[in-house]
Amino acid sequence: MPDSREPAARAPNPTRKIGVQCEINGRPVTLEAYPMARLLDVLREQPGLTGTKEGCGEGECGACAIELDGALVNSCLVPALQAEGAKIRTIEGVAAQNLLHNAAPQLHAVQQAFLTHGGAQCGICTPGMILAAVNLLDRNPQPSEAEIREGLAGNLCRCTGYTKIFESVVAAVRASTTQPPHAEPRR
Amino acid sequence: MEMPRDLSAALERLAQEPGAWKPFAGGTDLMVLLEAGKLPHRRFLRIWKLPELRGIEVTPEHVTLGALTTYTDVRSSEVLSREFPLLCRAAAETGSVATQNRGTLGGNIANASPAADSPPALLVYDAELELVSANGSRWVPYHGFWTGYKQTGLRANELIRRIRLPRTTQSWRHYYRKVGTRRAQAISKVCLAAAARIDAMRIADVRIALGSVAPTVLRATETENILRGEKLTPATLRAAQEVLAREIAPIDDMRSTARYRRRVAQNLLAEFCEMLSA
Repeated sequence: MPDSREPAARAPNPTRKIGVQCEINGRPVTLEAYPMARLLDVLREQPGLTGTKEGCGEGECGACAIELDGALVNSCLVPALQAEGAKIRTIEGVAAQNLLHNAAPQLHAVQQAFLTHGGAQCGICTPGMILAAVNLLDRNPQPSEAEIREGLAGNLCRCTGYTKIFESVVAAVRASTTQPPHAEPRR
Repeated sequence: MEMPRDLSAALERLAQEPGAWKPFAGGTDLMVLLEAGKLPHRRFLRIWKLPELRGIEVTPEHVTLGALTTYTDVRSSEVLSREFPLLCRAAAETGSVATQNRGTLGGNIANASPAADSPPALLVYDAELELVSANGSRWVPYHGFWTGYKQTGLRANELIRRIRLPRTTQSWRHYYRKVGTRRAQAISKVCLAAAARIDAMRIADVRIALGSVAPTVLRATETENILRGEKLTPATLRAAQEVLAREIAPIDDMRSTARYRRRVAQNLLAEFCEMLSA
């Protein structure tokens, strides 16, 4: 294993890249990355999945949230090497692929609710916020408002004041229980 | 980063070059340090997948947690929420869901921040740690494991393997409060964990631990001595609060002031006693 590192203000990487085999949004991918590179950077730079954002780089804001083997994690804290063999979902993988050729992907109920209810302003927190909400609903399809707040507590937003974000998630929960998911949710 | 195939391979590595390899699990502390250029280590030993460090074992006398138990694991454990609720409270208030999925108790203990959320609960529950090396293993009480600010008795060739909790406090009353700027994603200004056994209106036994008020998380043993055996009266509480103020050593820092911390610690003690009287 390469082990020569020079001290620097920003931690340097070992000098040799490795191949990291994983599955991203349902597709097998081999990432070429320095072992200790942040998965956040590798996802943005290699497969060009720039939906995942850097907010703080310290795991405190949730803008970089992805799902790693079904668990919500902050990708700025995951070394690339630890993605080996993992199933990764980013924001780009949340909308369902539409089976009709050339048709737009089918938005998840959470994404549709954000659009309908104004859950985004500048949008920088939005991918992480949606991942957190989708992850929550996968684990707990009928969360209380307190559970929604708790599930999203790791995602900071500087624009909206959070109210419309929670309303969007509540609306998505209601829409998911009354089919079809793209219908106007009842208030 | 090297990935040893099992625990003994990992311990071999640590034995060959103690201090050169940094054990790396979920990375929630180490990645922050690495990116800030504050990790002197050049080589990382990935212990995240070692099965010998995982799992929650229940025996009649103990609940024993593998060092790689994550906060999410703690929160989903039925036996822990029934018998060690303070640990579950601490886990629920650590970081966020994303942090809890990756952060581990062993990492929290090894990182030894005085502001850590789980150590006060572990101290209240009289936790013991199993430390392993290529030479063997030893059990040590968690109380006293801290040797100074961010320093512990963990030797350079050792890993924390398990955390053992004696099942002796189920009937006790438990209290936990973390005071911070937010309900999540906050480092505490003050944190107090406590448990007491009440017998015929007296505090038959009590354990109190605090975070963020000293260079280490600490058991307030002198405060405990004031309360032990006593009936809870306003005078007893005031006496205990006075001792607590002297027993802790809070400082001014970017999160809070010594004065605030001292006062809030006393308030948390009062709230604990109020709960006991109810």
